[in-house]
Amino acid sequence: MIEIRGDKKVLITPVSAEDLADIKIGDIVWLDGDLMTCRDVAHRRLVEYGRELPYDIKDKAIFHAGPIVRKIEGTEDDYEMVSIGPTTSMRMEKFEYEFTKLTGVRVIVGKGGMGPNTERACKEFGAIHCVFPAGCAVVAATEVEYIAEHHWDELGMPETLWCSKVKEFGPLIVSIDTQGRNLFEENKVIFNEKKEAAKRAIYPEVKFIK
Amino acid sequence: MTNEKNVKLLTDMVADFVAHIGKKLPDDVIAKLEDLGSQETEALPKALYETMTKNQTLAVELNRPSCQDTGVIQFWLKCGTNFPYINELEALLKEAVVQATFAAPLRHNSVETFDEYNTKKNVGKGTPTVWWDIVPNSDQCEIYAYMAGGGCTLPGKAMVLMPGAGYEGVTDFVLDQMTSYGLNACPPLLVGVGVGTSVETAALNSKKALMRQIGSHNENANAAKMEKLLEDGINAIGLGPQGMGGKYSVMGVNIENTARHPSAIGVAVNVGCWSHRRGHIIVNADLTVTCDTHSTWKFNA
Repeated sequence: MIEIRGDKKVLITPVSAEDLADIKIGDIVWLDGDLMTCRDVAHRRLVEYGRELPYDIKDKAIFHAGPIVRKIEGTEDDYEMVSIGPTTSMRMEKFEYEFTKLTGVRVIVGKGGMGPNTERACKEFGAIHCVFPAGCAVVAATEVEYIAEHHWDELGMPETLWCSKVKEFGPLIVSIDTQGRNLFEENKVIFNEKKEAAKRAIYPEVKFIK
Repeated sequence: MTNEKNVKLLTDMVADFVAHIGKKLPDDVIAKLEDLGSQETEALPKALYETMTKNQTLAVELNRPSCQDTGVIQFWLKCGTNFPYINELEALLKEAVVQATFAAPLRHNSVETFDEYNTKKNVGKGTPTVWWDIVPNSDQCEIYAYMAGGGCTLPGKAMVLMPGAGYEGVTDFVLDQMTSYGLNACPPLLVGVGVGTSVETAALNSKKALMRQIGSHNENANAAKMEKLLEDGINAIGLGPQGMGGKYSVMGVNIENTARHPSAIGVAVNVGCWSHRRGHIIVNADLTVTCDTHSTWKFNA
């Protein structure tokens, strides 16, 4: 579901493919509801080893992130979110098509761009990839209301699946939309042109071997 | 007994400093980010810089690590041969990291290779990383502490070029790494370039380059010129904050160099993200300490 709240466009889980149809790369959106951390090993377990995720993320969101959490004193197994920012999404690229197909995840949040596998997944299954400003882990932590569940704790703090409830989680900058357009890849074309021009300007200045 | 007490004091001091650099950026980085952020005019880069600034304020207010990836802790020592704790130093640095891991808290970032398990203490075989430079006839110890996060570690690359490639080849090597990996490593970046004779000399130079102040220059005129050329060149690409486009790409380019074999040019690049968490302290023999990177740090044992 989508709600316009002041000047914010807020996605509320469960999110459908139709909810995302008009969202385009470069848009800024926010998220309310269910967000599960999910990164390298969890992707490998599901896609390569066929192990089912212990938490249903259909129509929900995942976060490529490995947080710092702290046990809440006086509880047996409850944790609070201390610091949580995105990790490099590209590491999950090789798994993300299959992952999206198998889980029905709708919103993938991370850092930096992803590639053709994720573009194809977003287009075929109606999902999006967004960037949370990297390094802004305290902002993100204060947008987590609480950690509802956690699974696969044996993987250690960064790789555990931390299933959180979030409120106006963002800003999320859309980097791949449901058309399969990819903001980073489009930018890269421009960056590469500028890079070649920059190189040509430097070459004549660095002929130190004479 | 006194020695034991002093070792404990030094351990507490390093632990406190490590926890601090995870929460508060160094003075030069803060100033440079303000400078670069104030020059952006488009909505997206402005919004990103605003979130970044808000994050750093919240980290101090809530006393939490500003980025969740507090990295593998790396120390570069310039240790005097007469520093009274030279024998205990490596072990106490390890202990300090364990202490900071629970006190700060820091994320558990030490995975034993091949056995592939997280030690959950941030220390393991060879971690924290410690590089030694021995300084003859000194009784001081300089300690650089660095949080090597995963994101900004990924673009790291070293190779040996043939001399025919020249410094034009060095230029290609650095710039190509910026548009392939650099843009995902949380720009604006501090780029460390190492030039030497082999992969490991170049690589270590590139890491040492990241410890230098932003805005400082290599003492060799040609190397300093190349720092400026690379900085302007990478900025012209316009990676912007978070690699999503903007007026600038980098906080600076620092080059460190050593001599090379006539047949080889070793080159390496290492980058620091915008949240460049490095600090530098100078510890005297009597364990008084000065810090020239963080005016915010005061050690009260």
